Formats: sequence, structure tokens, C-alpha cells
Amino acid sequence: MTITEQHIDKLLIPILEQVSDPEIPVLSIMDMGVVRSAIIENGVAKIEITPTYSGCPAMDVIGDDIKKALKEAGYESEIDLILSPAWTTDWITPKGRKALENYGIAAPLEAEADKDALLGNKKIVKCTNCGSTNTRLVSQFGSTACKAQFQCNDCQEPFDYFKCLK
Amino acid sequence: MKENLYNYILQIADNSLILGQRMGELCGHGPSLETDIACTNISLDLFGQVRSYYQYAAKIAADGRTEDDIAMLRKERDYLNILLVEQPNTDFGYTMARQFLFDVYHLLFLKELEKSKDLILSAIATKSIKEVTYHQRFSSDWIKRLGDGTEESHERIQNAINDLWTYTDELFRLSEVDEEMLEEGVAVDISKLKNGYYQKVSDVLEEATLTVPESKYFQKGGKQGIHTEHMGYLLADLQYMQRAYPNMEW
Repeated sequence: MTITEQHIDKLLIPILEQVSDPEIPVLSIMDMGVVRSAIIENGVAKIEITPTYSGCPAMDVIGDDIKKALKEAGYESEIDLILSPAWTTDWITPKGRKALENYGIAAPLEAEADKDALLGNKKIVKCTNCGSTNTRLVSQFGSTACKAQFQCNDCQEPFDYFKCLK
Repeated sequence: MKENLYNYILQIADNSLILGQRMGELCGHGPSLETDIACTNISLDLFGQVRSYYQYAAKIAADGRTEDDIAMLRKERDYLNILLVEQPNTDFGYTMARQFLFDVYHLLFLKELEKSKDLILSAIATKSIKEVTYHQRFSSDWIKRLGDGTEESHERIQNAINDLWTYTDELFRLSEVDEEMLEEGVAVDISKLKNGYYQKVSDVLEEATLTVPESKYFQKGGKQGIHTEHMGYLLADLQYMQRAYPNMEW
């Protein structure tokens, strides 16, 4: 697991926690792990965020939302998009994973298990509705680039699975 | 301006832009809802990568042009993509064959680009590898499904592979820009990717019960801006809004 040191000013944490991914509103950008640094310099909040997927259309919105939240809290801000180190699903916090599950999106498995799941080799992705692992892959790409589409064979519920990205 | 670096970035980025445009054409036209979404998601990944490349290119050009200008406002001869990616979506077999023949190359290429001395290109590569790994898995899966499917699907995917094969050799041909940038430790020596590429492609084709084409006649020219007849139509579609309503945004 890659842990990269994050420099995040404690004063900014509660503000940034209010900002969520517009496509997964239950998940704050802090729990998503997209905020890589947040510091206050001469009264200006400088925030570095990293995209989950290169083409993620949510990134522009997230940038605007951060600016708005900081402004309401009385900070001018500068937002930078950084590419390196590249985001990984390991950066989603345990709280974030729980929020995903409650929202109906199965949290990412480890890399090897993920591969098995997405090739339809093993039934290991847990249904977010009934908890059964008797599920099947419908499509390797789901409603957004970061997700795959699954369906439960027991309760028949269709659900998203957040793909592992290492 | 660093002319060679600028052109080198375009060589890489234009492949993703043009292939992304082709996959985007399937939006609302995919053979099933799931494949439609998959194709457009792949398109979105490619466009995302393209933005990073063009933002970098715009910075190097430093002539006031933005990433959008570079993407939308060049003439056909100024696009440096390889011929493979501009080939049309003749049927779903062609779409998947084109994707597969590019994905295998793309992943090998990015794994080398990650080692580039240019830190921005290296960072974009690292990011893209994660996405392209999924693309390759998806397209390889379809090659096997169609090849080892019905008589009809087998024949059609074999035809697509045979027809597109002629564009594969260009993937490994060094342009002048490649050679210059190679000396500076920035570029990937694509000529060295060839064996690994044909090995991987052959493995998948064999698993799919398909025949590896033996044709030795290959097309080239995209990296010098000399494109096939399909390119003009693609660009007309891609550039229409910007040409008709200059500087429009949405």
C-alpha cells in the first residue's frame, strides 16, 4: 500500500470535508483521497487535488466546489491539479469505503481479486443490497469510468462496483 | 519553443484524441447499452489523457494557444496520429479489433514512457497505465468472445483483424522527431516494442481461435501527417462546432 505524506492544515479539514464528489455525493473529497495537500499561505488557501481518472468530468466541479466552500469560510484559494503520484483506490479511507457500500456501490477489492472479479472468474463481489457474493459481472464499465456494473443472482439487484486502481 | 518536444507530445496525444473521437461516435449507437457505455468510457479516459498532454503542449508552444485550440483547430496535415486509430467503425468487429491492436501497443508504450526523463510525460504515463490496463482487458475479452463465438462473429472479427493488420507496422517506425527525442532520453524506442507486441497479439488471437495474418505489406504516413481518406471526415465532425461558432464553450 502506498502512503504518500499529505500536508493538510487542520483548519481546512472541516471545510474540505463538506465538499463531495458530485457523482458520489455521500463521499467527501477527503475520504476519496483526492486532496493531496492543503496549506494556508499569507491568508490564501492553496489546495492540490489529483484526478481519480484522467477524464473524470467531476474534477472541474470539485475544484469549483472547493473554491466556493473556502470562500464561504472566508478564504481566498488557489487550486492546483497534480498528476503525480497518481491516485489509487488505496487512498479511499475506511470511512469512505463504508459510505460507498451504504450508498450501493461495492468498494474496490485488492488488485488480484479485482482482476478475477472483472474477468468473471470468481464470484467475490458482494451485493450491496443483500450481501450475497452470488453475483455476476454485467459490464466492465459502469455508469462512470471508475465503476463496473454487477447484478446479484440472489436478490436480482443491479449495483455498481468501484474498480481497483493501483 | 522546443519544436521537437512539442511535436513529440502531439504524436502521442493525437493517437488518443482520434481514437477517443472514434469511440465517442458510438455514443448512443453501441450494440448494447453496456458496450455503448464501455466504449464511451474508454473514449472519456482517452480524452482525459489528451487534456494532460495538450495542456503541456500549449505550455511549450507558449504562443497563446490553449489545449482546445491544439485539439480542434489544426489542419489534417498537422495531426500526427498513426493511421490505425483513424480507421472507421465499420462494424463492432472493426471497432474492437482497432481498439485491441492499439491497446496492446499503448500499454507497452506507456510502460516505457513512464521511464522518460521528462517528468510530466512520465506522470501522465503512470496515470494512463492504470486506465489503459482496463481498456486492454476489455478489448482482448471481446476478441476472444467474437473469435471463439459463432461462425458469423468469427468470420467478421477475422476480417477486421486482417484488414487492420496493414496499419500495425507503423506503430514501431521511428519518425525524425522520435529519433531526436530518443537522444535526449525523452522518447520511447518504439522499434524495441515490436517483438513483445506481436507476441502478445498472437497469444490473444490464438486463444480466440483466430489466425495471425501473414501479410507483409504495411501502410505508413500518419506520423508525417499523411492520412487515409477517413481522416478528413473525422475532423469535419470533430471540428464542426469550433469552425462554425469560433470560441464557443459549453
